[in-house]
Amino acid sequence: MTLDLMLQKYPASSEYLIEALRDYQTAKIDHCVTEMEIVKIAKYFNVTESKVCSVVSFYSFLSEKPKGKYVIRICRDVPCFVNKSESILKTLETRLGIKPGETTTDGLFSLEFTGCLGQCDHAPAIRINEKTYVDLTPDKVKAILSEYREEKS
Amino acid sequence: MMVNLKINNIDVTVPENTTILDAAKANNIAIPTLCYYPDLRINSDCRICSVEIVGKKGLSTSCSTLVTEGMQVKTHTPRVINARKTITELLLANHDADCTACAKNMNCELQKLANVLGIDENRFARVLEVRPIDDHNPSLIRNSNRCIKCGRCIDVCRNIQGVNVLEAMNRGHDILISPPFGKYLSDEFCTFCGQCSSVCPVGAIIEKDETATVWNALHDPQKHVIVQVAPAIRVSLGEELGQKPGTIVTGKLVAALKLLGFTKVFDTDFTADLTIIEEGSELIKRITTGGVLPMTTSCCPGWINFAETYYPEILDHISSCKSPQQMFGALAKTYYAQKENIDPASIFVVSIMPCTAKKYEAKRSEMGSTENNLDVDVVLTTREAGKMLRQMGVEFENLAEMEFDKPFGTTTGAAAIFGTTGGVMEAALRTVYEIVNKKPLAALDFVEVRGMKGIKEASVDLGGKTVKVAVVHTLANAKIIAEQIKNHESPYAFIEVMCCPGGCIGGGGQPYGTISKTRTDRLASLYAVDVAMPLRKSHENPDINKLYSDFLGSPLAKLSHELLHTKYQPKRRH
Amino acid sequence: MIEKKIISKRFDKIDPYSIADYIATGGYKPLIKAMTGERIDILSEVEKSRLRGRGGAGFPVAIKMMALAKEAASVKYIVCNADEGEPGNFKDRAIMEKDPHSILEGMIITAYATRATKGYIYIRCEYDKSIEIMRHAVDEARKNHFLGLKIDKIDFDFDIEIRLGAGSYVCGEEFALLESIEGKTGRTRVKPPFPTSVGLFGKPTEINNVETFANIPVIVDMGGDEFAKIGTKSSTGTKLLSLSGNVNNKGVYEIPFGIPIKTVIDELGGGVPDSRALKMVQLGGACGPIIPRYLLDMIIDFDRFDEFESKTGSGAIIVMDDRWDIFDILLRNVDFFKHESCGKCAPCREGHNQLARLLRKFTDRKATVKDLISIESLARVMHQTSLCGLGQTSPTSIISTLRYFREDYIDRLESLEV
Repeated sequence: MTLDLMLQKYPASSEYLIEALRDYQTAKIDHCVTEMEIVKIAKYFNVTESKVCSVVSFYSFLSEKPKGKYVIRICRDVPCFVNKSESILKTLETRLGIKPGETTTDGLFSLEFTGCLGQCDHAPAIRINEKTYVDLTPDKVKAILSEYREEKS
Repeated sequence: MMVNLKINNIDVTVPENTTILDAAKANNIAIPTLCYYPDLRINSDCRICSVEIVGKKGLSTSCSTLVTEGMQVKTHTPRVINARKTITELLLANHDADCTACAKNMNCELQKLANVLGIDENRFARVLEVRPIDDHNPSLIRNSNRCIKCGRCIDVCRNIQGVNVLEAMNRGHDILISPPFGKYLSDEFCTFCGQCSSVCPVGAIIEKDETATVWNALHDPQKHVIVQVAPAIRVSLGEELGQKPGTIVTGKLVAALKLLGFTKVFDTDFTADLTIIEEGSELIKRITTGGVLPMTTSCCPGWINFAETYYPEILDHISSCKSPQQMFGALAKTYYAQKENIDPASIFVVSIMPCTAKKYEAKRSEMGSTENNLDVDVVLTTREAGKMLRQMGVEFENLAEMEFDKPFGTTTGAAAIFGTTGGVMEAALRTVYEIVNKKPLAALDFVEVRGMKGIKEASVDLGGKTVKVAVVHTLANAKIIAEQIKNHESPYAFIEVMCCPGGCIGGGGQPYGTISKTRTDRLASLYAVDVAMPLRKSHENPDINKLYSDFLGSPLAKLSHELLHTKYQPKRRH
Repeated sequence: MIEKKIISKRFDKIDPYSIADYIATGGYKPLIKAMTGERIDILSEVEKSRLRGRGGAGFPVAIKMMALAKEAASVKYIVCNADEGEPGNFKDRAIMEKDPHSILEGMIITAYATRATKGYIYIRCEYDKSIEIMRHAVDEARKNHFLGLKIDKIDFDFDIEIRLGAGSYVCGEEFALLESIEGKTGRTRVKPPFPTSVGLFGKPTEINNVETFANIPVIVDMGGDEFAKIGTKSSTGTKLLSLSGNVNNKGVYEIPFGIPIKTVIDELGGGVPDSRALKMVQLGGACGPIIPRYLLDMIIDFDRFDEFESKTGSGAIIVMDDRWDIFDILLRNVDFFKHESCGKCAPCREGHNQLARLLRKFTDRKATVKDLISIESLARVMHQTSLCGLGQTSPTSIISTLRYFREDYIDRLESLEV
């Protein structure tokens, strides 16, 4: 989806800035918005570029920095923690060879911490792009990662 | 309606809609503040002004809480004092507190606060993550390591100037106040008006200090160092040195600058008169020969930067005249050099301005008559001039008054009022009206263009036609005018644009602590200077007429054009 | 049976995608009943019910509704806070996924009573399923003329727009939420003024939690007095609890106010698994107090929660067994708030970093007595001076553990010398 097409979905009113940014980034393979794209978006919504930059840098799901094709977000808050989220984290770190905040060298996976996903009744939980995975065990995580790897190839 | 309350068990009565902070102040109780600034929006970020209100849980900020009937406020309980100290220690722990190496030492609101609160230890570990300093422009230095995130700079840049270069990026502890994309101020966004530096409580945004360069020049035997002084300085320098805002110090400032070592002390008012002649002629020419209208003034470099960055399509509406500062520099290295038989390469021109954007203006490539020799070598702000006088221990108040040097010494009241919003317009009208209508103005005081209203309008009869003019100040208002011009909807023929609130007297280089009252005090003094001058119209200045007959020829003629006019460059890359 | 299923009566019994199911089980009847009567009657019933906000703060809902009703503006807004970012809370997710129309009905009734002109539901973007179901519900409500122009053929226009977050817990705070709907960063506002006078886009606005709105049709249906008979004197009605952590049956449970926490954990939660012992419970979420076993007889009630100096009435109960060290828990809480702080006010922005550092001194057994005093002092200063609920409530876990688990801190001191 090109930026122009995406922008046309929204009225040119700055209240839709956040949704437009997220909509666009979700569809982009590197899940980020570049400087030139920000310039265009700022113009469309009639706001300054600094305003758009401040919004992008504020929200966790918006980014100016490129990410991997699949962004894995793991909850590290207490309800998941007491339900063994650390073992899930270790599995991810080992299988992907990266730590939170990093992206795999093939650009396939990024790993990040995220705030509580609200899935505490089925803890531990992770999110990969727009999908939530719950009731995880290390084995389940390994299987999920394989699925994503197969999808790529 | 009045409200009765108790502050520290003392009965207090104030009008309704008064904040606790103001109510306390009116009753000799000074509640400490930090992010609060009288003219700006209340952010209630720092929480330093917190007080106890009996019956309310937690503490409330006195800057944002209105008094209510029967309220009981306690401003200095141990709980409140501990809270203020704790917050200040937290700020200091994330601050480059190397005070003796900071330009704001002894003039810093964070220092003052720590002192007032009696802080003598910091319970918290230093957590500052050092970031690079932005000094990639001639006017301002941004040092995020000193930023306390009070938000004043964002407020003034966004709400008063309407430019919004600076914004708070990131969240929480990672917050960083910066231009977009992590760029430098100079990357096509900032106009260098310096209003941010004027309101910053600490040393996070300051003007680039060039006093060392001036000291060196003053003691360089190869250099002939002269200084020009802007109209606004004569009502501001005294304040910088501790006098009341608006104190007129013309004679003493000349004497002080002589003491510093300047060979000649000249008055930029002279070239302000010259600007009126050139610009007035240009306006008349545009009106009579169907030139581009409306025409705007061009003496404010903040306005020029703004137009070049955000409204490049209207650049041909701006007068091609240089600013008085730059006209002076050009004449200093040609007319003055020839007259006094001095090698122009050895002339070093310093100007003292209430402005930070003038530092940028002086370095523009268009501002050099000869290669490698800019017309104005160094611009010092009012604050830097004060600094030099303090460095030399000058006892300013005791100085005997002196006069500006010739040949740039005779000036008019019209030139003096350049420093205030409406002043350039009034000066221009005094001359243009007389030239076109061939009779003097009935009253010299154009009150419709005076005062602090953002956009002022007036109508003038020029050669039988009614011509509308406008005067705007702050960039937020300049934007309105620029939009009108861009859309071919402007009803005006001539517009004065000043980027700072109140005009130059409210400039980014003026003494710290500038608020509405200081601005009105300063501008009232400038009008008083005008009224007291023997000559009040630029075209009556005999030394200006002599300049034309001896050297320039006539307004807009070849030499005038070469030395006194300039071009503008669109800055935006997209 | 301690559960009392009023709000959750339709959970897993109807198809959330079916408005017909909702209507067949009594849905939208309260709306029609409300609209055939006087607006003032609805306000009166809510007042009699003594309903308190279900998002955590427990503010009397009638006060907000009446304040909004009094405003003589031509544009007024109703906003549903479905941001539910507080760790340990998932009850709003359950309501949205299982009985979406109850929320809409509550909003429409509130709009009718207060003459509001437009509604917004702000849902956190991570709740994909909730977003899908709520969008569908809004469409269906429109098709059936419960939203839009001339609802039920009377002179009442009201529509609802769904807006999404972008990953910011602080946008669950009222003012930050309004900022986010306006397309800005989620930094809270200076208060006063309050939303019912200056709210969304500067217009009078009422903001309520998902569960609060779900209670409105119930009150209109049974009447405020009947509603007030359920629960306790200070806390009427039922509460949806989010039970999680080290407990056998994690999930959402609805109980009348007044049930002891222990009963919930044992009878509904099935106790702590793997024969471990219960060590501590955090109430309300990461922003709540951590209390020891011996206090679990406490009843679930807003006024009792107030004794912990914080508004933690969202109903989350996070159970922790004896494997866990309080500092593991505290550090996670503080790291969460440090990451989510908007950065506007000094105590919160600078304070969390220092709290984390001080806590680490305890985990590393390098803390001094001075640090013990400092951490308590800092926690209290943040609690008392922060600009919004985030900074005001984040130190609660530290303040409560200093009170109830003080020996854990003292054990970690490097030495007892001052």
